[in-house]
Amino acid sequence: MPQLSNILIDGVVYGMVLFIISVGLSVTMGLMRFINLSHGAFAMAGGYVAALLIREQGFSFAAGVVLAMLFSMALAAVLEMFVFRHLYKKSELQQVLFTIGFTFACIATANFLAGAYIQTLPLPEWMQGSMALGQRTLPKQRVVVVFAGLFVVLLLWLLVARTRFGIWLRASVDNAGMSSSLGINIRLVQCATFAIGAGLAALGGVLGAELMPLEPYYPLKYLVLMLVVVAVGGLGSISGTLCAALFLGIIDTASRYLASDFGNLFFYAAMILLLAVRPHGILRR
Amino acid sequence: MKVLRIGAAALVAAFVSGQALADTVKVGIIAPFSGPFAHYGKLFKDGAEAYVKTQQGKFAGHDIQFIYRDSGGPNPGGVKTAAQELIVNDKVDYLGGFVFTPNAMAVAPLIQQSKTPTVIFNAATSSITPKSDYFVRSSYTLWQVTVPLAQWAHEKGLKKVVTAVMDYAPGVDGEKAFDTEFTKLGGEVVDRIRMPMSTNDFSPFAQRIKASGAQAAYIFLPGGPPNLGFVNAYNQNGLREAGIEFLGTAEMDEFDLQKFGDAALGLMTSFHYSAAHDSDANREFAKAMKEQAADSLLNYASVGAYDGMRLIHKMVEATDGKKDGAKAIEAIKGFEWESPRGPAKIDPETRHITQNVYLRKVERGADGKLQNTEIENFGPQADHGLE
Repeated sequence: MPQLSNILIDGVVYGMVLFIISVGLSVTMGLMRFINLSHGAFAMAGGYVAALLIREQGFSFAAGVVLAMLFSMALAAVLEMFVFRHLYKKSELQQVLFTIGFTFACIATANFLAGAYIQTLPLPEWMQGSMALGQRTLPKQRVVVVFAGLFVVLLLWLLVARTRFGIWLRASVDNAGMSSSLGINIRLVQCATFAIGAGLAALGGVLGAELMPLEPYYPLKYLVLMLVVVAVGGLGSISGTLCAALFLGIIDTASRYLASDFGNLFFYAAMILLLAVRPHGILRR
Repeated sequence: MKVLRIGAAALVAAFVSGQALADTVKVGIIAPFSGPFAHYGKLFKDGAEAYVKTQQGKFAGHDIQFIYRDSGGPNPGGVKTAAQELIVNDKVDYLGGFVFTPNAMAVAPLIQQSKTPTVIFNAATSSITPKSDYFVRSSYTLWQVTVPLAQWAHEKGLKKVVTAVMDYAPGVDGEKAFDTEFTKLGGEVVDRIRMPMSTNDFSPFAQRIKASGAQAAYIFLPGGPPNLGFVNAYNQNGLREAGIEFLGTAEMDEFDLQKFGDAALGLMTSFHYSAAHDSDANREFAKAMKEQAADSLLNYASVGAYDGMRLIHKMVEATDGKKDGAKAIEAIKGFEWESPRGPAKIDPETRHITQNVYLRKVERGADGKLQNTEIENFGPQADHGLE
């Protein structure tokens, strides 16, 4: 039985890490229908800024994270205004080509500015060490990730379903022309949504850094993982992304406990199965 | 007329012999200079050039010219083409470099046919050197550093050990080396865990190690993120408190070492080179590297390149800078020298380096930085993978 509880605990925690690194992509790709393969680059940019502020400048962890998110959002907003907005109407292939090219440029920039080294993010006192959980221990940092993940779900749900901004967003995605003629400033909505996605990317980059350390190849290395979670979760569904992340996290963890010789077979098998049975997302029929 | 002719002949003779004296020795270095492994290229370049500078740029009176070729990552096809160009077009006298085993394997037929002595600065699979008579290796093999570690574990009275390696060729090599030696000595390997290459959450593996009832864990991980992730999982899942000893090889490499912070303190590895090795040769190496580049780094890759050039130096001396691969390789067999890592010798049979292997423990040095302190010398070790 400790085996089963271990799988569930580690699986849920790992799933939450998957969620937190993917949720930003779920916003840009899911809610905006923009194939944003440079999601990881915004996560890395945020992570690097956080590392710089916390490690080199002596900022507190919380302040570093908030400033890193703001930085990523500002960067994304500027890039959206001048570059990315021109891609919304282009074909999906062009979006893919542009954003992956942008990702390569970001990798080279990170390499040039900070070298090929891993950027460490020092954890504050209250996030260090482990806490006892029954007969086993759990790193405190992971507990923070779980709560941060739940918090993000709640906030996003409120934002999309309960605010005027959410109505504008859903309207402009469904029918941009009509929304525009009804007086919705879709440019502002698009720009803000893209920035929110980037901010969440930065949050994921920082909180996920314990498992996915920040280094120049970060945006490429974990891209497949992020895409799988968002695809299985279903485009535009935050709760679907959460369910997919948890489900895949548990599957992957179980295979690490029980059948690690098979590599990632079960993770991808689960993905194929879910996409075959529920092509529109795990929570949709 | 006659005088003129003699003069001309003398001039020609002087020119020819002058040419012979000033023969430039060309060394082609194949290593990653771009992509995720580009730091290896820099380490090799610094190590190799630092050595040449200690000799004032000349080996036995001959200028040394480096020609660098980028291999990217594991890329046997591209590396074979690069080696061919170096040998045929650039007419290099020696080849060096090679981070990855498949890349080294790919050039074996070429160097065999062209009789080009080739020094492997890193690639660490035992089976490479037998592939051509012109391979020499200045790095190490996993068997070389793992077998004495297994013997030490046995002598320390450890009965049950678990192996946890990353699931790819070098990891499996390490697992086999430890398993074979430890079982032969009467120990028990209670679980053989192979971790998929893409693993980022190592908690499940840490829990499995804990549950296996082992007293120690033999670990093999490639450098970079997996290494950091595993060491964090080792600490956070209470393996340290449970007293399960961490026994590794290249995990505490100086390239990543400072990134671990306190998490690495006390971890033990068995390896052939530590930047903290206490010897004049190592201090000389440190000085040469510092002069070469301010951001240079002492680790197994840069010392592999530095010693690799020491070997080429010896071969250039033996052939007086002429292209004679057979003579050069004969001269290197049994060659002994004082390396920054300690006394070293090229085994005449395998053309692999015989060297001391040390047990090291991560500690804070006098400058407050983490270092691998050598706590035990296992003595000279051959490549146990080829015995």
